[in-house]
Amino acid sequence: MSEELKVIVFGIGNEEYGIEVDKVRTIERMSPITRVPKTPSFIKGVINLRGVVVPVINLSGRFNLPESEVTEHTRIIVVAVNEMEVGFIVDTANDVIDINSDIIDTPPEIVGGIQAKYLDGIAKIGDDRLLIMLNLSEVLNKTEVVQLEQLEV
Amino acid sequence: MDMNAYLSMFIDESNDHLQALNDNLMRLESAPDDISIVQDIFRSAHTLKGMSATMGFEDLASLTHEMENVLDLVRNSKLSMDDFIFDTLFKGLDALESMVEDVVQGGTGKADVTAIVANLSSIVKGEHKSGKAVAAAAETKPAANSAGNAEAGLLDQFQSSVLKQSIESGHQVLYIKVTLTETCVLKAARSYMVFEVLENTGEVVKSEPSVQDLEQEKFDRSFTVFTISTISPEEMIAKINSISEIESVEVLPLDEESLANLSSSGQQQTAAAAAPAATTEEAKPAAGSAKPAAPAKTNGAPVANRTIRVDIERLDSLMNLFSEMLIDRVRLEQLASEIKRQDLIETVEHMARVSSDLQNIVLKLRMVPVDTVFNRFPRMVRDLAKSLDKKIDLIITGADTELDRTVIDEIGDPLVHLLRNSVDHGIETVNERIAAGKPETGTVHLRAFHSGNHVFIEVEEDGKGINSEKVLEKAISKGIVKPEEANKLSQDEINMLIFAPGFSTAEVISDISGRGVGLDVVRTKITSLGGNVTVTSVQGKGTKFSVQLPLTLSIISAMLIKLGDEKFALPLSSIVETAIIQRSSILSVHGNEMIKFRNAVIPLISLSKLFNSPSYSEETEEEHEIIVIQKGDKWAAMIIDEFIGQSEIVLKSLGKYLTNISGISGATILGDGQVALIIDPNALIK
Repeated sequence: MSEELKVIVFGIGNEEYGIEVDKVRTIERMSPITRVPKTPSFIKGVINLRGVVVPVINLSGRFNLPESEVTEHTRIIVVAVNEMEVGFIVDTANDVIDINSDIIDTPPEIVGGIQAKYLDGIAKIGDDRLLIMLNLSEVLNKTEVVQLEQLEV
Repeated sequence: MDMNAYLSMFIDESNDHLQALNDNLMRLESAPDDISIVQDIFRSAHTLKGMSATMGFEDLASLTHEMENVLDLVRNSKLSMDDFIFDTLFKGLDALESMVEDVVQGGTGKADVTAIVANLSSIVKGEHKSGKAVAAAAETKPAANSAGNAEAGLLDQFQSSVLKQSIESGHQVLYIKVTLTETCVLKAARSYMVFEVLENTGEVVKSEPSVQDLEQEKFDRSFTVFTISTISPEEMIAKINSISEIESVEVLPLDEESLANLSSSGQQQTAAAAAPAATTEEAKPAAGSAKPAAPAKTNGAPVANRTIRVDIERLDSLMNLFSEMLIDRVRLEQLASEIKRQDLIETVEHMARVSSDLQNIVLKLRMVPVDTVFNRFPRMVRDLAKSLDKKIDLIITGADTELDRTVIDEIGDPLVHLLRNSVDHGIETVNERIAAGKPETGTVHLRAFHSGNHVFIEVEEDGKGINSEKVLEKAISKGIVKPEEANKLSQDEINMLIFAPGFSTAEVISDISGRGVGLDVVRTKITSLGGNVTVTSVQGKGTKFSVQLPLTLSIISAMLIKLGDEKFALPLSSIVETAIIQRSSILSVHGNEMIKFRNAVIPLISLSKLFNSPSYSEETEEEHEIIVIQKGDKWAAMIIDEFIGQSEIVLKSLGKYLTNISGISGATILGDGQVALIIDPNALIK
């Protein structure tokens, strides 16, 4: 069954990732983040998003990848999943594309260091562009966060 | 007509009326001769009946109708109230409440209330004094599915026992068969007229088809009715025949024998067997009775017309908008003080004044009198006292004291716990009280009052008090206190042990006060609301639980502090004192840092270590700024970097992703738009 998906494309390191557009609330420039103590290190803290306090996590950190420096292209993508609002820090976010769900393949075990369970699939665009589709509910799985927390404390 | 539009109005008003009924019945119980109360009750019942009938909740309407009949007799002094009538009315009320609750949950409000209805009609007939079998029959048949599913022409066990009872006590039971003319157009109307005659002259026990079906014209031409009547069969025939479009009417007086034939024999036997076993003991209150059907508003008294009902969501969004404005105000104040232009400063100051007035009003809008929680307690205490066979007066004072809605919503259960505890374990039985030289009726005071920025709710009884020796014994055996510490504890500290987690298991409490209701749950709940609970008790004289609650949960006064670059807020209510100490004055006890404070040695907490502060450490300092915080009667000191000052802050949650972060209770947005975390002092003191 094929359907058209609108996808926000963002970059972390050299990879390109995609999130369906209807799960994205807003994309913000980097703003001051208040650190929240006693949380896993990939949770960077909280920001004031127009009067609402929103937690921000670093996606590379979440996947145990090296975190990159903040540049002027760094963006916070605020997504809303399972009644949770969370911001993702990403290196760049500058594209919205339409893809056909047919071109999304099931992911191999590990893609660029990320376990398959965090992924919905891989989309091939053009000849040599790969778009990694994220499985947001798994990325924001709280039980796993709790386990991580216990490991670190 | 679309009833949904009226449904919420119906639910609101029904709850009001049910509460009014409850209250007035309680009043009447203490003053059974006051006919003016009966008038009030009658009015509420009547309105409720009308509303239910309009909305199509027939079961609600018919039960209310029966209750109304009883009340009508009382009102006209034809009947004097007694315990049985009260109990039956209360049971009816419980049934009504659960029906309304069912409607709230999206149900049809249907319930089998035949048992209660029969009790009520037996009261109307004056039978309840002669034979109590009806009550027993009522108990054997708890409310279950919808009524009227007995087989055609047959009476169910319960109905036949009612009829049998009536015959035994000398009443006339008639079997009536009415056939309408073939040309009859308004069959429902005709049957209604027949029923009116029947109800004026007696009580309908059973009709076939059911009354509902008759009203909806779901019958052919004839219907049969069993009625307990006050007039002779001949008179009955004449009366029914005077209604037009009636083709024939057949009236048969019934005796016990013919009744037995009509009932199925098996049912008859069980009914007969049930009758001797009759007891008048009050059935346990229906399960749902203690919980409020929905947030009920203040009394449905006639004075309440200067208020309007507002959707809670609108109040919440008003509050949210206001808190955003408050953040901007702080920001403006900051800017004005930087720019230093006189007219800007004046404008901002004026705006600050207006907005603090506005803040008062917005907060007041969200205030609800504690009565909305208290109003269900008289009934609860009454039922509890009855079931425990104790005599208890509940005296409520300060029910008009107001609290923020968010607090009100949460405070109900802890108070139920405390009250149950007082009634169950505090107040002695009548005999014990007489033996102790006390009046046989125990008194439970429930008080609410304002004090500063807090509301206090007290539950005080004149019961046996806490046996502190036993408490201490248990606490030591449970390992809650060490034996060597036990001697140092004051009386009140010992009493506070009953709140300790792990203390009030059912088994433990049974030695001291019967059945355990987790008091540690009460304390946890109240502390999570930013409150505090204490207990004082004099053995033999009574116990007082005192609950301290914040007025509101959404805007609080806080102290802003700094740890290096990071800012935190600390609720002002938990701060005892701020001070500066020398590093050399820090004591070390078992490797823990302590300081002397007001003749006590209290623990010193290093916030920078606790929060892994990246930009501040007190290690290099010679002098430390400290804040002494309290939780109940425990103190602790926290080392901080710098004080910023006091400010009104708006509480914000950290969202669903970040929950249960120890030491942090939430966040707030400062004037510069930055988020500051709110320190939870309760988590810092163990």
